Amino acid sequence: MSAYVTTIATMITIQAIAVCGLNVIVGYAGQISLGHAAFFGIGAYAAALLATKAGLSFWMGLPLVICISGLIGLLLGLPSIRVREDFLAITTIGINFIVEALFRYVPFFGGALGIGGIPRIVLFGIRMKGEAFLLLSAGFLAICMMLSWWLTRSWASLACYAIREDESAASTLGISPVRFKLFAFVIGTAMAGLAGSLYAHYMQFISAGDFSFPVSVGFLSMLVLGGMGTLWGPLIGTIILGILPEAFRSLVDYRIFLYTLLLLLMIRFQPGGLLGEGSAARRVLAPLLRGGRR
Amino acid sequence: MQLFLEQLLNGIAMGSIYALVTLGLALVYGVMRILHVAHAAVYTIGAYAGLYLFGATGSLAVAFLGSMAICAAVGVIIERFLYFPLLKYPPFVPLIGSIAVLLSIEEAARLVAGPYILTFPAKLPFPDVYVGGIQISSGLLAIYVITAAVLLVLWYITTRTELGLAMRAASQDAVIAGTMGINSHAIITITFVIGSATAAIAGILVGIYYNQVYPTMGTVPAYKTLALIVVGGLGSVPGAVIASLALGMAETLLIGYANIPLPRDALAFIAMIGVLMWRSEGLLGSSR
Repeated sequence: MSAYVTTIATMITIQAIAVCGLNVIVGYAGQISLGHAAFFGIGAYAAALLATKAGLSFWMGLPLVICISGLIGLLLGLPSIRVREDFLAITTIGINFIVEALFRYVPFFGGALGIGGIPRIVLFGIRMKGEAFLLLSAGFLAICMMLSWWLTRSWASLACYAIREDESAASTLGISPVRFKLFAFVIGTAMAGLAGSLYAHYMQFISAGDFSFPVSVGFLSMLVLGGMGTLWGPLIGTIILGILPEAFRSLVDYRIFLYTLLLLLMIRFQPGGLLGEGSAARRVLAPLLRGGRR
Repeated sequence: MQLFLEQLLNGIAMGSIYALVTLGLALVYGVMRILHVAHAAVYTIGAYAGLYLFGATGSLAVAFLGSMAICAAVGVIIERFLYFPLLKYPPFVPLIGSIAVLLSIEEAARLVAGPYILTFPAKLPFPDVYVGGIQISSGLLAIYVITAAVLLVLWYITTRTELGLAMRAASQDAVIAGTMGINSHAIITITFVIGSATAAIAGILVGIYYNQVYPTMGTVPAYKTLALIVVGGLGSVPGAVIASLALGMAETLLIGYANIPLPRDALAFIAMIGVLMWRSEGLLGSSR
């Protein structure tokens, strides 16, 4: 594999992990989040600070990073209990702007300069880069997808689906919307934190701009394109939107325009995504897609 | 003291412009329950259309009226072809569509007009006024007068006409309004016409006041105005106006005096989260 392809593939696997997390929040629990990049960033900054200031290795830092992002996810998920759907969309946008501003303006987070000199991940004495890193992140992606698959099978996801479809009906059946919404937020943001940690150790340099609001829109677009609430949707959406800008590269100036236009047409004519309920691809691929949305 | 008053005047101008953009958003949310992020793209189109019409004809009146007409058409197209067919889906589906429209229009503006900042060399026919040694420049005065006029017209339409009555009825309950013989889709369309024309005015005013028109001029207002309609109470037009004025003043004064490490653009969202925690229906919203 050329270094170019490896780099793109690695970025796609890292993003797919974050989108998997977003899928748990949006697809399974039905809680809109337009601030997912904030949690991606919290994971990345936590990993970067633990590695550069506390001198922890990736593996020592990882449990801490996941706990930190999950915990902040829990705290910031609290508004979701208090506010209605529309408010939640705006609140999560707000969280993204505030978190990005904190990264950019607080000196502890490196300020406008970002954080550099983040060490590579060492596994079995090998410093991971190139294809080795791709394999490592693909392994983490597989774990996240297995966790997602297990979630679709578990009682927790049944409860989440019920809340997504009709919150008050679910609560009359003794399902606590509060518990399961927060549960989804914690799992989803912890996955984003994992993705952020991988990103920080891969890029070795991070700055606030990497976690700005457009990144959140990108994550959500990937999820929508692939199909919310499906198992494979996040991966497929991330692959397509990850490759498209490269495929359109010859169109130079027009590529972002085509990209946004495609998103617009997709949401207009196939809001369930490529693999969502009632989509063309799903009917063709139905036998291959057991698991995922019920 | 003089500096304080000058800052305050700037803050009110800033707030007035926020109010003109937020108004349309609040009206649209009222009748359709959609977060119309693409409203900021309509505002950008308004600025560009005004600039080109002014360049072609040299008349500000033509620029304003033509730009309002173009924006009204764009608003109605967005409503007809995007929002209306998506109404049956959960609210975040039209929201994502709206973000996609915003990004597409920004990109289209960049491709058509170029990525650079264009200047808007027009002067609105208002005099510089001196009150007790403080100068109110013609640009500031224009913003005050035009915003006040627009608010007055809108207030008249929504409270004193049958159309306004129908709009308020449709925003309270579209189904019941429909049984009373109100064509709620027509009301939605009219709301988009009014809101988008107002955005055009805001776009031209901002373009002239800052002498800048550029493709991404709508990005920050797009999300900040969302925070404003939440603070004001979703769908409440007076609430949105009050919140806009308060934010404009708070931004200019706090940034000017208190040494806050956060950029001004985060302030709206911090205020919003504070208001949501304290009074989740917003300042003037009614709990539903």
